[in-house]
Amino acid sequence: MNKWQDNRAWFLVMPLLLIVALSAIIPLIMVVNTSVQDIFGPGNRVFVGTEWFEEVLSDRRLHDALRRQLTFSGLVLLIEIPLGVAIALAMPKRGWGVSVSLVVLALPLVIPWNVIGTIWIIFTRPDIGLLGVLVNGLGIQFDHTAAALDAWVSVMLMEVWHWTPLVALLAYAGLRAIPDAYYQAARIDGASAWAVFRHIQLPKMRGVLMIAVLLRFMDSFLIYAEPFVLTGGGPGNSTTFLSTYLVKLAVGQSAPGPAAAFSLIYFLIVLPICLVFYQALQNVGTGDKR
Amino acid sequence: MALIELKEVAHAYVARPGGPEDYALKRLDMVWQDGAAYALLGPSGCGKTTTLNIISGLIRPSEGRVLIDHRDVTALAPRDRNVAQVFQFPVIYDTMTVFDNLAFPLRNRKVDRNEIRSRVHEVAEMLELTADLKRRASGLTADVKQKISLGRGLVRKDVAAILFDEPLTVIDPHLKWLLRRKLKQIHQQFSTTLIYVTHDQNEALTFADQVVIMDEGEVLQTGSPRELFENPRHIFVGYFIGSPGMNLMPCRIDGNAAIVEGAPIALGEGIAERGRAAGGELVLGIRPEFLRLKPSAEQGNVPVSVLLAENLGDFKIVTVSLGKLTLKVKVPEDQEVPGEWAYLNFPPEWTKVYADGRLVE
Repeated sequence: MNKWQDNRAWFLVMPLLLIVALSAIIPLIMVVNTSVQDIFGPGNRVFVGTEWFEEVLSDRRLHDALRRQLTFSGLVLLIEIPLGVAIALAMPKRGWGVSVSLVVLALPLVIPWNVIGTIWIIFTRPDIGLLGVLVNGLGIQFDHTAAALDAWVSVMLMEVWHWTPLVALLAYAGLRAIPDAYYQAARIDGASAWAVFRHIQLPKMRGVLMIAVLLRFMDSFLIYAEPFVLTGGGPGNSTTFLSTYLVKLAVGQSAPGPAAAFSLIYFLIVLPICLVFYQALQNVGTGDKR
Repeated sequence: MALIELKEVAHAYVARPGGPEDYALKRLDMVWQDGAAYALLGPSGCGKTTTLNIISGLIRPSEGRVLIDHRDVTALAPRDRNVAQVFQFPVIYDTMTVFDNLAFPLRNRKVDRNEIRSRVHEVAEMLELTADLKRRASGLTADVKQKISLGRGLVRKDVAAILFDEPLTVIDPHLKWLLRRKLKQIHQQFSTTLIYVTHDQNEALTFADQVVIMDEGEVLQTGSPRELFENPRHIFVGYFIGSPGMNLMPCRIDGNAAIVEGAPIALGEGIAERGRAAGGELVLGIRPEFLRLKPSAEQGNVPVSVLLAENLGDFKIVTVSLGKLTLKVKVPEDQEVPGEWAYLNFPPEWTKVYADGRLVE
């Protein structure tokens, strides 16, 4: 068990170690390497220590992006979790309606993310888009390429449309796992629909909702493709989130040093969230502990 | 306290039942006397739980009416009936304390706070839950959880009947006994009507004054444990109750005797005639306890060969063969069992004849 050397088990973990090394550890080391140097060209580089980190951390555009990012993720959770639960509660429990609603719900989830952005560009266009024309027809000026608020509304709508089904599916799975006896006992105990939700459904869904919250937080915190395709981070920088800004920095401005430093800081923000996620998942399996 | 009547109640889970095979519960007329303890006994899928759910109102029967104290409650929701139900798996509200769990049915009915407190403490005292009242219910063991489920039924002052749906299935054997005794005690104290569903005959026979035997959606016999044992009115009751169950032998009737495998067996007065009149498939039944095993031939005895004698402590089960049939005989532990051949005596008062499964009386 405790034998470290000459242990054949090393051969068994070797493939995994190789894959993890190639996919995570080596790229990460290269990023660290880049983040502490100023690179002018091939073979022409200077060690600059923590300079890039200091620069990036004091960058106002990064602060703004982080603030937007947190606002975005917060809104995502506030809207998608209750909405997903509501959809799950309203879904049929048996019969053909189950398959129909599952398929309809799953549709947004299987569309490639770039395509989703494109769909919403067209959908919200004030001249030809269904939503754009309709809203403008009602007398409300709406153009996500011109007004920051309109851009936010469009991005939020797209995000909610895209990912609420995931929350709904998770919540539905949680609901279906509740044994009938609970509902029967509640009927005997004279519980109202609200009491059933508050004391049976919500506690029993706690595990899956925990997963949903963490998944949606992580995903929305790292979001890139859909809003980038839809708004390109604009108008101005109004919908520039962390990864949008990172790509602008790395590709648009060809600043590998600051981009690498930024990546590491971004990574360090996401890492503790991953740990929380992992812990939560572990607890879900073991049932209600607290 | 309540008198529960089921009038021509039948239930099918399918929307448009075609024939009798679609009915989970076939037409049932039944009166559950006020304050009695009933056990509903039968194999899985025989309609026990359906019957229970009809009484509590979880299921509205496809046909017939349910009356509680002569009031038609067929259309009433469970919460509007004064009936409590305890399920196979303990149902507790995880996020609440034991106190809140017990108070839940009262709070839903907008009972006064002080009243709730005194009722909950009273019930907790009775179920020995007082020490756990402040604890969260989720971490407790299955038997305590089941006591809480029971407590939620008892806490309602107006509860007239408590229904149990195999409540001891998930309880450890040594706790089962304690819990069952608690149930009996509560029954004696409150004289509520108890209906207890189980497929365990020992549980049913020790618990209930009246045992209702069901099979395939039909009530076959209702009676005291003794009646079921001594006078099973259906061959199913004969072999379901008792361990080992009743010996059943296909037979035909000749004169005043039943002929089993060519051997004549004397019957009680008039049985042969009525058996012949009933017609159908005739079966002779006798419990292993009532057969007499003799070492030598006597008048009216039937010769059998001894296959096996098992000593089960204070009695022996002897397996004998009569022609192609195998019979079980229960004999006292000190009785000598002949090695190869023996003679069976069938006391006529315990020898029953069944026509198409039903007792010929």
